[in-house]
Amino acid sequence: MSLPNAAHTTVTELAAGLATKRFSALELTDGLLAKIAAAQPVLNAFVSVDPDGARAAAKAADAARAKGEGGSLTGIPIAHKDLFMTEGLRTTCSSKMLEHFVAPYDAHVVTALKQAGTVLLGKTAMDEFAMGSSTETSFFGVVRNPWQPDFVPGGSSGGAAVAVAAGLVPAATGSDTGGSIRQPSSFCGVTGIKPTYGICSRHGMIAFASSLDQAGPIARSAEDCALLLTAMAGHDARDATSLPHPKEDYRRELVKPAAAKPLAGVRVGLPEIFFGDGVDALVVAAVEAALAELRALGAVTVPVALPNIGYSVPIYYVLAPAEASSNLSRLDGVRYGHRAARYTDLLDMYKKSRAEGFGDEVKRRVLVGTYVLSHGYYDAYYLKAQKVRRLIADDYQAAFALCDVILGPTVPTTAPRLGTQSQDPIKMYLNDIFTIGANMAGLPAMSVPCGFAPNGLPIGLQLQGPYFSEARLLNIAHRFQQVTDWHRRAPKEVGHA
Amino acid sequence: MRNWEIVIGLETHAQLSTAAKLFSGASTAFGAAPNTQASAIDLALPGTLPVANRGAVERAIRFGLAVGATVNTTSIFARKNYFYPDLPHGYQISQFEQPVVQGGELTITTSAGQKTVRLTRAHLEADAGKSLHEDFHGMSGIDLNRAGTPLLEIVTEPDMTSAEEAIAYAKALHALVRWIGICDGNMQEGSFRCDANVSVRRPGEPLGTRCEIKNLNSFRFMEKAIAFEVRRQIELIEDGGKVAQETRLFDPDTGETRSMRSKEDAHDYRYFPDPDLPPLVIGEDWIARVKSEMPELPAAMAARFVSDYALPAYDAGQLTYSLGFARYFETAVGIVGKANAKPVANWMLGELSAALNRHEIEIEDAPIPPEQLAALVARVQDGTLSNKGGKEVFEALWQNGDRSAEAIDRLIAERGLQQISDIGALETIVDEVLAQHPAVVAEFRAGKEKAFNSLVGQIMKASRGKANPAQVNELLKKKL
Amino acid sequence: MALSQNEIQRIAHLARIELDDAMLPHLQRQLGSIFGMIDTLSKVDTDGVTPMAHAQPLALPLRDDEVTEPDRRDHYQQGAPAVQDGLYLVPKVIE
Repeated sequence: MSLPNAAHTTVTELAAGLATKRFSALELTDGLLAKIAAAQPVLNAFVSVDPDGARAAAKAADAARAKGEGGSLTGIPIAHKDLFMTEGLRTTCSSKMLEHFVAPYDAHVVTALKQAGTVLLGKTAMDEFAMGSSTETSFFGVVRNPWQPDFVPGGSSGGAAVAVAAGLVPAATGSDTGGSIRQPSSFCGVTGIKPTYGICSRHGMIAFASSLDQAGPIARSAEDCALLLTAMAGHDARDATSLPHPKEDYRRELVKPAAAKPLAGVRVGLPEIFFGDGVDALVVAAVEAALAELRALGAVTVPVALPNIGYSVPIYYVLAPAEASSNLSRLDGVRYGHRAARYTDLLDMYKKSRAEGFGDEVKRRVLVGTYVLSHGYYDAYYLKAQKVRRLIADDYQAAFALCDVILGPTVPTTAPRLGTQSQDPIKMYLNDIFTIGANMAGLPAMSVPCGFAPNGLPIGLQLQGPYFSEARLLNIAHRFQQVTDWHRRAPKEVGHA
Repeated sequence: MRNWEIVIGLETHAQLSTAAKLFSGASTAFGAAPNTQASAIDLALPGTLPVANRGAVERAIRFGLAVGATVNTTSIFARKNYFYPDLPHGYQISQFEQPVVQGGELTITTSAGQKTVRLTRAHLEADAGKSLHEDFHGMSGIDLNRAGTPLLEIVTEPDMTSAEEAIAYAKALHALVRWIGICDGNMQEGSFRCDANVSVRRPGEPLGTRCEIKNLNSFRFMEKAIAFEVRRQIELIEDGGKVAQETRLFDPDTGETRSMRSKEDAHDYRYFPDPDLPPLVIGEDWIARVKSEMPELPAAMAARFVSDYALPAYDAGQLTYSLGFARYFETAVGIVGKANAKPVANWMLGELSAALNRHEIEIEDAPIPPEQLAALVARVQDGTLSNKGGKEVFEALWQNGDRSAEAIDRLIAERGLQQISDIGALETIVDEVLAQHPAVVAEFRAGKEKAFNSLVGQIMKASRGKANPAQVNELLKKKL
Repeated sequence: MALSQNEIQRIAHLARIELDDAMLPHLQRQLGSIFGMIDTLSKVDTDGVTPMAHAQPLALPLRDDEVTEPDRRDHYQQGAPAVQDGLYLVPKVIE
């Protein structure tokens, strides 16, 4: 047996190793469980690890492969963001509210990846109830960026991005409400895609803002994302917002033989605002260098305008808290979750349980959401924000008449230092300015590693496309990754293996 | 109460008779052990999502068509946010700005005649669970079996001006929802619940502040609650006070209404469109299909009974109180013929209704089927049975449960109930009676009409009730 | 726009979150800056724009009226804070 260094190995390569019996799924799983245990004290990427379940699933995968059964994901270890319900496993949303909550059923995405033969190693940390961009609001402690442990990993799917970047799993699931897959992917130097809203069922994915939330994979390459997404996507009658869209093979463009100019004819739209004031010059430089690569592959660039995108942050901070304030009302300490130990009456039980169970950022957003929906403010805030949401969606439609894909930085900066933003929510919120638009319009978007700052922190570029253009986005990213190696770089290993 | 006008609007929650809940596949059956019909969705477990039940939507369409309302081709589910232990999500999924049914009307009949009550809207919503207040060491127990059961909330304009009108409306609506098969109407099980918005004003003044009275789960309670509330509001105002807009609970034990503490946040429900549920779109083809399957409605059927069977409007209205009643009537008339429609109606509204009430059963369960009642009416109409004899046969049939048509003739024979219709035999009796009562005969001839009735009575008595009264009348006139 | 501390407490009551009075000045500042950012929306001309509530223009899918859920009470009540005789227990409900 020769176990690969998972930090440098993609799902595709691991699958080949399993298929050729260079190593077994159990060996791979045991190796990664050891790595997770070693890294956990430093990175804190996981909320729960399930060694017994993982080893059982790995043995089953090995048995299936021995019988010549299984597919490309059989035996591939993964991790789920801790907002996906996993039957029999603790599902916390990184909140004290659900600290001891064991999920009684599996999310659609969890079932889909289980059926594909993946091996679930554990649940990754996140900002509490996915509210945040740094994974600093997790009840279980901050999560650190494996490239520079004094810096944030991004969020809210910070644990997932860290686990992939640090080589603790080859791929992980995330969820994206305003950039929660793409922003941590950018900060951690990994590849992540948020598909078209409605492509992955939300059944069993604990809701933050229902009209914006969408699940997607985080992995080391666009090709791996395509593999994962193919398994995760699909119509689900249990989610009324799930799209009746036919099953797709998101790898179908990628497996075509590389031509000299594989991106010939692809029109890349560049909104001026994505390269304007407030964007770190290092970030602009890295994205422009990536553009040069894309042009060399045959792409052409065209200017496009997204005139209302500047309002995406304010409308996000109306719509997402409004939906969240309602979604989180079920956490009342009556049927499950945290109930205060001492209270005087029913009202007091509600108020104390929720005050104790929720962290500051969640409380802040629930208060904002309650306020914007409350009597007398609904029209000025909520309805107004829904109208501006329409304007942003319309802007994208107009832009996609001129281009096939929109490109820019995923985030205006590289990862900030731990603790530097928690006292200034506005500054943290502005991190999301380039990512929120795709959630508002429901469009697919992904982050692809495209360079590093001198301090060693990764930089990501973002691709946004029209509805159902995932295969094209993934193909553009794949062709870029065929001629670059940013996605192949790995941070120094932490902990003692 | 003089110089006051009463203004009443009703909000009725009709539980739709679906097998499964509005947004989950859990059963709606009544009476199961606590929380055994509370699915993950009904419990609002994290990550669960609602999926709407077609059967509930179809029932809403049927109702809209039955009251002549607009069935909106697009309607919106919204969240009504408030905290209550029997509301697992912390919000109720309801419809707010765009309900499925808009407008419509219902005609009611009171002692003052007919009146049309305008409907504002009817919307779909999910019911809450139940709080059980029996003592669990000072705690309440929460049963969520009912949580998520589909309700159609039917809202009227403030068109009613008395408790009598409110009850007439509630009864007409109760009859209608059962007629069109969307609600079982079981008030004891809470399948049909009314809230009354009550206000008072002096004539000519704008509408007064209203109070919403909840928990009116019988027509009798409704009457008591409205009467109490009207008196309370008038006394309050006459004493110089002001009515506060609030939700009040009717307490059947005291017959009073009192302010509900739990509704203190009622002014701020923070409604917004449910992001989990896209707009409900109802195609014209669906509406057309429901229309084509709609049974003849009570008002139309009553009008037809008047024109086809020459029934008085009152009888027609009573016969169309329930579909079962109306079908019974038409089956019986189909056998004895249109000419006997009025006697059939009389029997149904008299003996049959009284017996059903006495035994508290529905007409579908009556031991006398319509075919048998038709046979009985025929025997009375052809003179074989007197009315009194008919009633005796009816009672015997009800008791012995023999549902055959022959049972009637057998009973007549066994009990010797056949009327004397033989002219010869009757003449003998008449002659005897006249001979025995010369004074009465003289009185009659002197112009005392009452004497005639006295003679008829004597003849009936002499025949031991078997004489046919019509024939007796005829003979007597001839003889005198 | 600035929220008063009373208003913050009113909202916290609606949201059933107990707030320590000591937290209020800090929270007031933070909410003030968030609403300062949100208030920039008033500059956008949205006359005649249809509000967008959903990311996709779907119509509501409908499920057949069939009972599909078995009784899983014991499973669902495993982690419940307080249960007796199959009922969830809460402090006395006063109507």
